Amino acid sequence: MSDTIVITEIRSEARRTFEICNACRYCEGFCAVFQEMTDHRTFKDATLDHLANLCHNCTACFHACQYKPPHEFAIDVPQVLAELRPQTWQEHAWPPSFARLLERRGVSISLLIASVFSLFLGLSLALIDQNILTAQHIGSGAFYKIIGHGTIVLLAGAASLWAIVAMCVSANRYRQSQAFRDNSLHSASVRTAWRSVLHDIFYLRHLGGGHDEGCNEDDDRFTNLRRYFHHLTMWGFLLCFAATSVATVYELLLGWQSPFPHTSLPVLLGIFGGIGLLIGPLGLLYLNAKRDDLHGMSVAFIVLLFLISLTGFGLLILRETSAMGTLLAIHLGLVLAFFVTLPYTKFVHAIYRTLALIQFHRIS
Amino acid sequence: MKLRPMPRATAKEHKKLVRTSIKAGTNILVIGGGHAGLCAAISAREAGASVVLLDAAPESMRGGNSRHTRNLRAMHTEPTATLTGQYEAEEYWQDILRVTGGETNEALTRLVIRESYPLLDWLSERGVKFQPSLRGTLSLDRTNAFFLGGGCALINALYRHATQIGVAIHYEKEIEHVELSDGTFRWAETKAGETFRAGAAVLACGGFQANTDWMVEAWGDAARNFLIRGTPLNRGYVLRDLMAQDVLTKGDPRQCHAVAIDARAPKFDGGIVSRLDSVPFGIVVNRAAKRFYDEGQDFWAKRYAIWGRLVAMQPEQIAYSIIDHKMHDLFMPSVFPAITANSIPELAAQLGLDASALTDTISQFNAAASEATCDHTILDGRTTTGLQPNKTNWAQPLDQSPYHAYPLRPGITFTYLGLKVDHHARVQINEDTAAPNLYAAGEIMAGNILGKGYCAGTGMTIGGVFGRIAGINAAAGLTI
Ligand SMILES: Cc1cc2nc3c(=O)[nH]c(=O)nc-3n(C[C@H](O)[C@H](O)[C@H](O)COP(=O)(O)OP(=O)(O)OC[C@H]3O[C@@H](n4cnc5c(N)ncnc54)[C@H](O)[C@@H]3O)c2cc1C
Ligand code: SF4
Ligand code: SF4
Repeated sequence: MSDTIVITEIRSEARRTFEICNACRYCEGFCAVFQEMTDHRTFKDATLDHLANLCHNCTACFHACQYKPPHEFAIDVPQVLAELRPQTWQEHAWPPSFARLLERRGVSISLLIASVFSLFLGLSLALIDQNILTAQHIGSGAFYKIIGHGTIVLLAGAASLWAIVAMCVSANRYRQSQAFRDNSLHSASVRTAWRSVLHDIFYLRHLGGGHDEGCNEDDDRFTNLRRYFHHLTMWGFLLCFAATSVATVYELLLGWQSPFPHTSLPVLLGIFGGIGLLIGPLGLLYLNAKRDDLHGMSVAFIVLLFLISLTGFGLLILRETSAMGTLLAIHLGLVLAFFVTLPYTKFVHAIYRTLALIQFHRIS
Repeated sequence: MKLRPMPRATAKEHKKLVRTSIKAGTNILVIGGGHAGLCAAISAREAGASVVLLDAAPESMRGGNSRHTRNLRAMHTEPTATLTGQYEAEEYWQDILRVTGGETNEALTRLVIRESYPLLDWLSERGVKFQPSLRGTLSLDRTNAFFLGGGCALINALYRHATQIGVAIHYEKEIEHVELSDGTFRWAETKAGETFRAGAAVLACGGFQANTDWMVEAWGDAARNFLIRGTPLNRGYVLRDLMAQDVLTKGDPRQCHAVAIDARAPKFDGGIVSRLDSVPFGIVVNRAAKRFYDEGQDFWAKRYAIWGRLVAMQPEQIAYSIIDHKMHDLFMPSVFPAITANSIPELAAQLGLDASALTDTISQFNAAASEATCDHTILDGRTTTGLQPNKTNWAQPLDQSPYHAYPLRPGITFTYLGLKVDHHARVQINEDTAAPNLYAAGEIMAGNILGKGYCAGTGMTIGGVFGRIAGINAAAGLTI
């Protein structure tokens, strides 16, 4: 089946669903999706995409639905929105073919890219000097004895630039499809709206099930597990990002060379972030597996995060041994693959959901 | 009324089954796992009894009519987290008195009202979540507390709590016979002959609206065209069985909560979404394309419950709400799309009505209506003149194509004929005696409070209050 047929079918199921929900509205108190829904009488494609990106998949509304299967209306809001969500990302992704490929073979492709990079790094060095990978390197600048500083900056720079450009293009395409309202950025209402957006994001309000006691996982009980794992992942990611940024500042501006001491800021940030990225992604993977919700885009993202953190710790522990060279090649390969695939993995949910929340808070 | 007793297992089968299926230690049996049954089971269990709860439904469809609800009506003397203003007991009582036209038991009703307030906290403490406040549509935030996520979420919370505290729950057990001897409960029995013995029983298995034969007995063949808004399982088997054993009942079999809903709704379980709010925005005609009642008598929230009965009185129990284009977006969207046509004769053709009759009705209506734009937020008094019947508010000509129609049928929420109970929720065996160990709660006894008429949110309040009373008394009665 062609992709357009798939997305059309999913959208028509989403439309049918919301026509029933809109006549019911019992879930009004759960989340932004239902509050937004009541502002519409009919559901255009763009509205459905917006609702899909507003949904945090806490599944509260499924368990509370009197029309869930086996009822003949067979309503399952989180399911249909979970199907639509990655479709909206793929539809706006740039270039779209990459996104579709990754959705189908997310994990294998990411790991393939990672291996290619690692091998490339490893081999290119081995060609220069056979001992370089296996020898011990100690002290400041040790990493760069293995892989030239310039090479790292160039590769990382190119990969992240690619990610940023691709994601900006997609975000912009999505914004255009949504016909975002323009608000004067100085008005007080926009400032409060932003506060609400940030609160929703950093507090993960919509993983609270409308009462802050959390999502439904196995059954109609509430648990904040998903929220905790997501916090670990999100903060882990942000801390690691901060670690890298600080390290970059140290190196490029202050001229200090890595590896930095264990008690230095980048290493500490990296350790805390890395712990988050070991536990968080595993937890989310486990919860998603239980829900049978393992999409290529999301598994690839989660697996890469986990492996990057794992090899990062490996590097930290073994950085004074002969394994360092090989580990560094693998670690960097994973990081590069992470950035190259970033615009097509689950990572983009952060962008789309932020845009959806901005739209939600500005409109209301 | 002639009553047919329900089929039972033969005496021999029966003896064997009783022997094999006595549940050791079952003190209290609760029949029916909706709101009332759950409140009873939890209360009895918390009072120390061991409790078995049976429901006819499979787990996936548990919760009876209660899964379709959205709020309950509670008195309160000051604003609470979920209710605005105040709703004093006296006002509540006057509301019930008005809708029932006095066909109510004052002592029992006042008991329900008094206990409606503590019920909110009781439910919250057992995991039920209420919605802070609602953004409009129903404007009931003062009198009614809304369940976060609706009745299904409430039911889930109560099942979860009941399971946690050790209530034994069995699904797909439809009781057809309740054995009484000397006015005392002995056991209950399913169609397959499985029996459940207990020291006391609480009957919380709803009304009989889903029992088409019984409805036909009460209403005649018209009842075949009724839609049942809730569960197909509230068939009144237990009520019927007890009536055959001469237990006292309360109410009239024709009395029920009946609203006009979209005729395209499923026969059962269509729930809230088959609701239609278009009536005051246009006219309503029957199969003969004639108007038959004042569509603008009062706000829809106050009138929707009489329209079920009105439509039930029309030929073939069907009617059509017709509006023109300018009204289409003024009410809550309906789940079924309007039937739309560019002219009245075309619309008549689509509805299978006589085109010239419908054209006549509408042109007479238009001629009698006021030209001024009406205001749907107030009773604007824009009335037709000289029509039979007149439309006394919001009478505006239907003159903007396309024209839209929604077919209407009676949608039965629940029936009122039920068991007569005392203030301990005990079933009255006759005028002087109550069964010592048989209790009733919810729809099956709502007729004690609601002889006729309805006040939104009282169904769940009656179920909750009487459920708790039944559970507590059943548990206490065991130790006497
Ligand atoms: C669409 C709709 C919306 C409503 N909205 C509201 C509202 O917002 N507020 C309000 O107060 N009221 C509302 N009501 C009315 C409300 O549903 C009832 O008053 C209330 O649920 C009654 O509770 P109950 O426990 O007595 O019955 P139910 O919840 O119907 O439970 C009866 C249970 O008994 C089981 N049962 C039936 N027969 C047998 C048998 N023979 N053996 C074993 N089990 C049996 C059924 O399977 C069912 O689970 C609404 C009703 C409907 C249909
Ligand atoms: S999910 Fe179900 S209960 Fe919630 S609004 Fe939609 S139809 Fe109603
Ligand atoms: S966020 Fe939760 S309650 Fe809201 S639509 Fe998604 S699954 Fe339903």
